[in-house]
Amino acid sequence: MSKYTEEELEKELQNKEYEYGFYTDIKSDTIPIGLSEEVIRIISAKKNEPQWMLDWRLQAYRVFIEMEEPDWANVNYEKPDLQAISYYSAPNSKPKYDSLDEVDPELLETFKKLGISLDEQKKLAGVAMDIVVDSVSVATTFKKTLAEKGIIFCPISEAIQEHPELVKKYLGTIIPQRDNYYAALNSAVFSDGSFCYIPKGVKCPMELSTYFRINEGGTGQFERTLVIADEGSYVSYLEGCTAPSRDENQLHAACVELIALDDAEIKYSTVQNWYPGNAEGKGGVFNFVTKRGLCEKNAKISWTQVETGSAVTWKYPSCVLKGDNSVGEFYSIAVTNNFQQADTGTKMVHLGKNTKSTIISKGISAGKSQNSYRGLVKINSRATNARNFSQCDSLLMGNECGAHTFPYIENSNSTSKVEHEATTSKIGEDQIFYCNQRGIDTEKAIALIVNGFSKEVLNKLPMEFAVEAQKLLEISLEGSVG
Amino acid sequence: MSFKDKILSSFIALENEVDTETYAHQLRNEALASFEELGIPQRKEEAYKYTSLKSLFNKDYSLFPKKESAIEYGDIKPYLIHQIDAYRVIFIDGIYSSHLSETTHDKFDVCLMSSALNNPKYSPVIEAYYNKLAPKDGLTSLNTAFAREGAYISIGKNIAVEKPIEVVYFSTGNESTLMTQPRNLVVVGENSQVQIIERHQSLSDNQVLTNSVTEIFADKRAMVDYYKIQNDHLNASLIDHTSVEQKSDSEVRLHTFSFGGALTRNNLNFYQRGEHCNSILNGVTIIEGKQHVDHSTLVHHTAPNCESYQQYKQIFDDKAVGVFNGKVLVDKVAQKINAFQQNNNILVSDKATINAKPQLEIFADDVRCSHGCTIGQLDEDALFYMQSRGIGKKEARALLMFAFANSVLESVKIPEIKSRITKLIAKKLGVEIGFDL
Repeated sequence: MSKYTEEELEKELQNKEYEYGFYTDIKSDTIPIGLSEEVIRIISAKKNEPQWMLDWRLQAYRVFIEMEEPDWANVNYEKPDLQAISYYSAPNSKPKYDSLDEVDPELLETFKKLGISLDEQKKLAGVAMDIVVDSVSVATTFKKTLAEKGIIFCPISEAIQEHPELVKKYLGTIIPQRDNYYAALNSAVFSDGSFCYIPKGVKCPMELSTYFRINEGGTGQFERTLVIADEGSYVSYLEGCTAPSRDENQLHAACVELIALDDAEIKYSTVQNWYPGNAEGKGGVFNFVTKRGLCEKNAKISWTQVETGSAVTWKYPSCVLKGDNSVGEFYSIAVTNNFQQADTGTKMVHLGKNTKSTIISKGISAGKSQNSYRGLVKINSRATNARNFSQCDSLLMGNECGAHTFPYIENSNSTSKVEHEATTSKIGEDQIFYCNQRGIDTEKAIALIVNGFSKEVLNKLPMEFAVEAQKLLEISLEGSVG
Repeated sequence: MSFKDKILSSFIALENEVDTETYAHQLRNEALASFEELGIPQRKEEAYKYTSLKSLFNKDYSLFPKKESAIEYGDIKPYLIHQIDAYRVIFIDGIYSSHLSETTHDKFDVCLMSSALNNPKYSPVIEAYYNKLAPKDGLTSLNTAFAREGAYISIGKNIAVEKPIEVVYFSTGNESTLMTQPRNLVVVGENSQVQIIERHQSLSDNQVLTNSVTEIFADKRAMVDYYKIQNDHLNASLIDHTSVEQKSDSEVRLHTFSFGGALTRNNLNFYQRGEHCNSILNGVTIIEGKQHVDHSTLVHHTAPNCESYQQYKQIFDDKAVGVFNGKVLVDKVAQKINAFQQNNNILVSDKATINAKPQLEIFADDVRCSHGCTIGQLDEDALFYMQSRGIGKKEARALLMFAFANSVLESVKIPEIKSRITKLIAKKLGVEIGFDL
């Protein structure tokens, strides 16, 4: 077995070399910065895409140029100059650092607190390293297991080449090109992303995660994810990483489309910890993401997210409950500190009978940050016996931050039940005093209370994420104790 | 000619009739310019997302009604809370009716806006308060530009007004389509108390659009109890803008009962400008047919240690549409705030719609703010229980709905109003039973 792995590894390494060489070639072609039809044609050509894909991109671009950047969200930022961005960059073939010693010590400190292994630390920080035998074998075994079950899990660019019928059938059906400004932009210029298809009746045996995709480049600026769960299947998908990523890209506009056919279930978990800018509010990533799922009969989609990073977040993972008896869930923790701004929430659109949705949103704001929950619960007149429960709790730390709630409830069905409640409060002095009394210092006490406050959501995360997410909350709020 | 053009040309006609040398007229000119710029709110504006005013403003309204009509006390008696002794300020088609009213200048002023605007004796109050609080949007500017009449209530320090003040606007239907711009000002001095009842009522089926603006100022430790009764004909629409300013230790309670009218929009803004203020906003809406009621409330906490309570209970039948947009804004300095907002709705028919948007915007950390919003049905078990004990289905439903709205009714302090509202609810629900069993 081990010999086999080594051979496999060797082949892998050779392939890799080739890949790098290939990419370097591309890199030498310079693509002018800015956005134009020409740029989209180049992107498509570089990816060797079929004509229908190019047409689709161009169609999106034509829609995009007619649209205006929305400004209804409760965030203030300088609008990114879309003409100053390069829309095609080959994955980094050259490591950023030669050894761990060169990496920002602050970053390493965070890694240590999160309990990330040394090898992973190197990979995350972009340090040159030999391929870890363990990880590769893990990755390959995983790929084999998946292939046996007929599960397709690959980069979307590969899927366009190899499974065009699936991509063609589903891409853009949940998030149409003209859905919103950034979705249109993404549709026109998306660089890469993940594609996942679970065949009928298959229960995916492991948490699918970008984590294990060693051979694929870092996540792009305009990611496009498409997850299709065929009838009666189940998949749990993990996105992102608890480790902070020091991404140079200022604007991230991703699109995620989930399709749960009859009786299928998709569990989608995100942990986002992009660079939030420094303590003075300079720099940081703009995260403008469109995420939406469609539930057919008896299907279930569950979104879980932990948002701690990004300077500006603008994100509403939504469920369209089209089929009867379908279920939508949204569990979210959004933590903002310093000058971060988050406007996040969900949309639950009830179309089918007996559809159910649950929204649990926990917002924690500290420093000078602004944290908003914005949600829509819409119950169609045909959605008899629809049921919704929403709970939005906000926790304020310090007197310079803000917490806001903007829930929209639209109901035109008399048999439906909708409940919404929201509270805003701060950590009680008596709670802290109680902890202090028992020898727990204030910082630890706050972490304890925040963890308790977010428990309902943390519990929904897959095990491996939950532990890290808990620590992440602690780190994000460090120094916010007044 | 569009509505806007008509307004602009009518202003010249207005200038011929009023004294153009006054402070109020200066404001009129400014307001007209601002209306010209802002116009009528459109659906694309967030505040009017769920309420379209388009159908209201495409009609050819008569802006200047003819002189006073022959209306006798008997015609209007059913619409007054006549069992009680009260000060009355009655307007017929926007014009003051002296023989139906009972005003006073003894100790405090309950009189007409027109005399207050033109008489120099009142100018200190007018200059200090008039148009200081109303938001400067298109519709309030339209009101400011054309307002000539309304109730002027000014109460000095340390006075408890012994009987309620009733302000009623009647429209007779002499004009086939009429638009009126009533303007009320209420100034309540330190330690004073007052109860006010406001009503807009049309006496025919003709088209009426009322664009009303009310400003209420409550000084330190003042207590204001304000009731709005809205139960109008199906062709009468009301856009109401009420703004309240509170100084420290004051309490303002405002009840809105919306039982009828084609389209009713209530813009209710509370500004707390002092510590230990208490604001109470209560509402009951029971509508059916194609009626549309939109409540848009704002409570702005700008000072610490204050409280606000909002409670809106609403029942919608047939194709009725309800909108509730409640906003609580807490400034950074406003620590130790206790703000509560509750909105409960019952949809009786599948064609009825409710759009709710309870918002919290909070910038202070040491606060207790909560809101709850529910949409549901009557409890089937409770209905069954009552039916099994011989109460008819209709009566059982009515009893449950009454119980649903009762928590708001309980806070009504004038017993006559309470029993009047109870009767109105029974009538609305089509039952003969009295609820005060």
